[in-house]
Amino acid sequence: MRHVRLGRWFAGMAVVVLVVTGCAKSSGATEAPATASAATGGGGAASSQPSTGPAASQGVAKATCQGSGDKGDVKMMINQWVGAEANVAVAQCLLQQMGYKVETSTLAEQPAWQGFDTGEVDVILENWGHPDLEKHYIADTKLATDAGPNGVTGIIGWYVPGWMIDKYPDLADWHNLNKYADMFKTSESGDKGQFLGSDPTFVQYDEALITNLGLNYKDVFSGSEAATIKAFQAADKNKTPLIGYFYDPQWLQNEIKLVQIKLPPYTPGCDKDLKKVACDYPPYILNKIVRTKWLDSAGAAGTFIKNFKWGNKDQNEVADLITNKKMSDEDAAKQWIDEHPDVWQAWMPSS
Amino acid sequence: MTAVGLPMTRRLDARGIRRALFVVLFGAIVLTWLIFHDQMTLPHDDDYPLFKSLNSVRDWANDNRSILEPIRTGLGAIVSFFNDLIASLGWPGVIGLAGGLAMLFSGLRLTILVAAGFASLGVLGLWDPAMETLALMLASVVIAIVIGLPLGILAGRSDRATAFLSPILDVMQIMPTLAYLVPVTALFFIGAAPAAVATLIYALPPAVRITSLGIRGVPGTSVEAARSLGSTDRQVLSKVQIPLAMRAIGLGINQTIMLALSMVVITGLIGAPGLGRNLTIALSKVNVGQAFEAGLAIVILAIIMDRLTYAASEWLDPRTRRLRRGGRWISIGAPLAILGAGLIAPAFVNATQFPDAIQVSLEDAVNAMAEWITDTFSPITIAIKDVITAVVLNPLEAVLTSAPWWLVITFGALVAWYVSGRRPAIVAAICLAIIVLLGVWNHAMVTLANVLVATLLCLVIGVAVGVQTARHDRLKATLRPILDLAQTMPAFVYLIPALALFQPTRFTAIVAAIIFAIPPVIRLVDIGIRSVPATVVEAARASGATDRQLLWKVQLPMSMRALLLAANQGIVMVLSMVVIGALVGAGALGYDVITGFAQGEDFGKGLAAGIAIVLLGIMLDRITQGAGSRRRAATARAG
Repeated sequence: MRHVRLGRWFAGMAVVVLVVTGCAKSSGATEAPATASAATGGGGAASSQPSTGPAASQGVAKATCQGSGDKGDVKMMINQWVGAEANVAVAQCLLQQMGYKVETSTLAEQPAWQGFDTGEVDVILENWGHPDLEKHYIADTKLATDAGPNGVTGIIGWYVPGWMIDKYPDLADWHNLNKYADMFKTSESGDKGQFLGSDPTFVQYDEALITNLGLNYKDVFSGSEAATIKAFQAADKNKTPLIGYFYDPQWLQNEIKLVQIKLPPYTPGCDKDLKKVACDYPPYILNKIVRTKWLDSAGAAGTFIKNFKWGNKDQNEVADLITNKKMSDEDAAKQWIDEHPDVWQAWMPSS
Repeated sequence: MTAVGLPMTRRLDARGIRRALFVVLFGAIVLTWLIFHDQMTLPHDDDYPLFKSLNSVRDWANDNRSILEPIRTGLGAIVSFFNDLIASLGWPGVIGLAGGLAMLFSGLRLTILVAAGFASLGVLGLWDPAMETLALMLASVVIAIVIGLPLGILAGRSDRATAFLSPILDVMQIMPTLAYLVPVTALFFIGAAPAAVATLIYALPPAVRITSLGIRGVPGTSVEAARSLGSTDRQVLSKVQIPLAMRAIGLGINQTIMLALSMVVITGLIGAPGLGRNLTIALSKVNVGQAFEAGLAIVILAIIMDRLTYAASEWLDPRTRRLRRGGRWISIGAPLAILGAGLIAPAFVNATQFPDAIQVSLEDAVNAMAEWITDTFSPITIAIKDVITAVVLNPLEAVLTSAPWWLVITFGALVAWYVSGRRPAIVAAICLAIIVLLGVWNHAMVTLANVLVATLLCLVIGVAVGVQTARHDRLKATLRPILDLAQTMPAFVYLIPALALFQPTRFTAIVAAIIFAIPPVIRLVDIGIRSVPATVVEAARASGATDRQLLWKVQLPMSMRALLLAANQGIVMVLSMVVIGALVGAGALGYDVITGFAQGEDFGKGLAAGIAIVLLGIMLDRITQGAGSRRRAATARAG
């Protein structure tokens, strides 16, 4: 018995020794090629970001997303929608060309802002109005700075699949919605028509709108963006009726035809009292938020981020490449960069 | 067996009285409902003052965060230690190390399984994120062991410690993960450190519980023997109790690892690197294939870790120490050779990047299959959804939400009393009363209706399937990998096809909860039916019972305790899906939690809803658990 136990200890010790020596040896081995090629800097060890290694697809596009990586770090936040991913893909590619090392992380909106506090986030490229966070991080603590609009206008509204307008042309006006309420009934809406609300966390006041416009509908949340997209895809494919909350820019807009319903037009202030609101959503001017301390020392990258400005069409184009054409973020960015030099050259610092 | 024996007559009387009382009170409650329904119903109010005051909890955390900075940096350091370790091993080193351990603990079969498993992560093109997930999981598990084992040993040796720890562990397990992700990010910011904390909260309980069970399971005779030979307390612990509890401790670590793996997926939401990030991205693109690949990688990691830890706990258990063929030198030499091969390999191949050439993608195939399934079956599934919603879900929800709150509390207490006894009745009443005070009553009732329907369906299907697997070994063997998959595959993966089949509705959430909760139900029913003594079954058959009679009169009644345990497990697991279900249309408390997570001003509401889910969980758990122990007590007294 005693011998067996000794053997076991020996085995354990041997494993430990081997691992340690192995680590020392192989880490030495991995460092050599990393420094030799000096590709994206940093070596393999600590960086959690799968770096843009030797690009296999360099032949596909003219643009590359490679650079010296020695100008400094940019930590970019990717919100959990593909449009935000498209913003970052293009900005990341160009920043890397300029010689910066870009790290990205994917986060929910609220936690992302906390990164300004810890230094884990330098740049948010698409902010959909968070007054409470803006007050705390920009006005009160000055941890973050507004870097101006990113050129994308967020349009929120009520949408139906395109085939419905072909079949029922008058549906496009909200006055006629009650006429069709029966068509939109589901197991969730009882004897009313179902209005598909989106992710419960999004900016929305459909329930008040339905009441104040006297519509015979019930606001039913889908629960998430994914659920809403799936519902619209099914409604488009199976020609089933659906009306719900949707927005642009969104990659689905490039995949299927969605038509926005005309609501009473937005006038400044008509959405002031959310209990009495009876008008369409305002257009959202989406802006960029950067970490103040980073901006102070970022140099050319800071200027680039401040200049970054494109349009809904550009963003949807890249998002469509990523989602429906199944391209990698980098390849999608390269293709857009090749095709639209006029847009992005204006972002480059003039120096 | 003695439950139908003669000495039971007196007890039957007592039971009869209780039943009569229950029926009378039940009638009274129905009458009260007829009179009072739609009055005193506590409709939902988003501006309930308590929500605002709970917001101050977060503000306080924001202001005092710096105290926790050392913990944050410490955790970050542990995670990056594992990241560095894995990175420096390279992919051949990782495979070699895991293979060597598998060889040491078990043998060639496990070695091949482990090596093939790791290699397939690379083949899926997910090596880097999988290793990030592995590092995060290892860090959390190491911390869970350092904290959990001493606590477990303490709880194993002291009843008072158990009484103190048990409710805390309950809360840690039932609290929906998204509900504490917010406080955790408020305290520890984003990234690897809060992910480790969140994972720890979720994964610690089994380490404590199972260790404590293991210590308690050490035969009293062994402890007595050691004491009579003059061992000190400490010697008894280190020489008898811990070694003999080794297998249980191994099982505890195994469970901790499994839970940690399921949690690291959700931590993708707070910026943790790894497969969770791949999953969140796939979800935002509604790409089932991509989500499936990441999910499959998690399942593979889970299988590897499960088999490895199981083998390790057997290897460490002095009772199952086996002498292997070939003797000691092979049992040590072979593992070392495998490890060595893995460590030398970097000299010949690029160890930092898994070769692109042998990568395959399942994405398109899975997407095509998912599309075929939804196209073919969605008319049927939508009809099923409509019927069950109209016949079961809507009426139940209507009753619960239209009844005055005090009537629901009375009814809950009555049911708890009838099924389980006085103490569960008090617990149920208190839990429901606190929900009233939290201001989320209406949403809690909607969620309760969902949970009850999901559990009911889960039990009906689970019993039907479990009875069949208990009869047919081959069916059981075929079903086993499917059940394993259902339990380990992250819910995010099957949410999208479920949406396509059932549209975003409450029923979709119920389906997702059933998929997650049904494996343990089927297993427990199977065990229960199989453990009915063969002699009893023979006797019943000899006296001419048909298959159906055998099932209803003998097998099901005799496995009642297993069935109750199944119900208990089913409810707890269904509850843990409330928030995930909200992503596909479940509504109510789940939405409140999600909104609290995403919007700062709704933090308080989210927290209140999270607590309400815990309270519902404690109530339902105590009712079903109490029913189990009441039956046990009854049989014990009778026998």
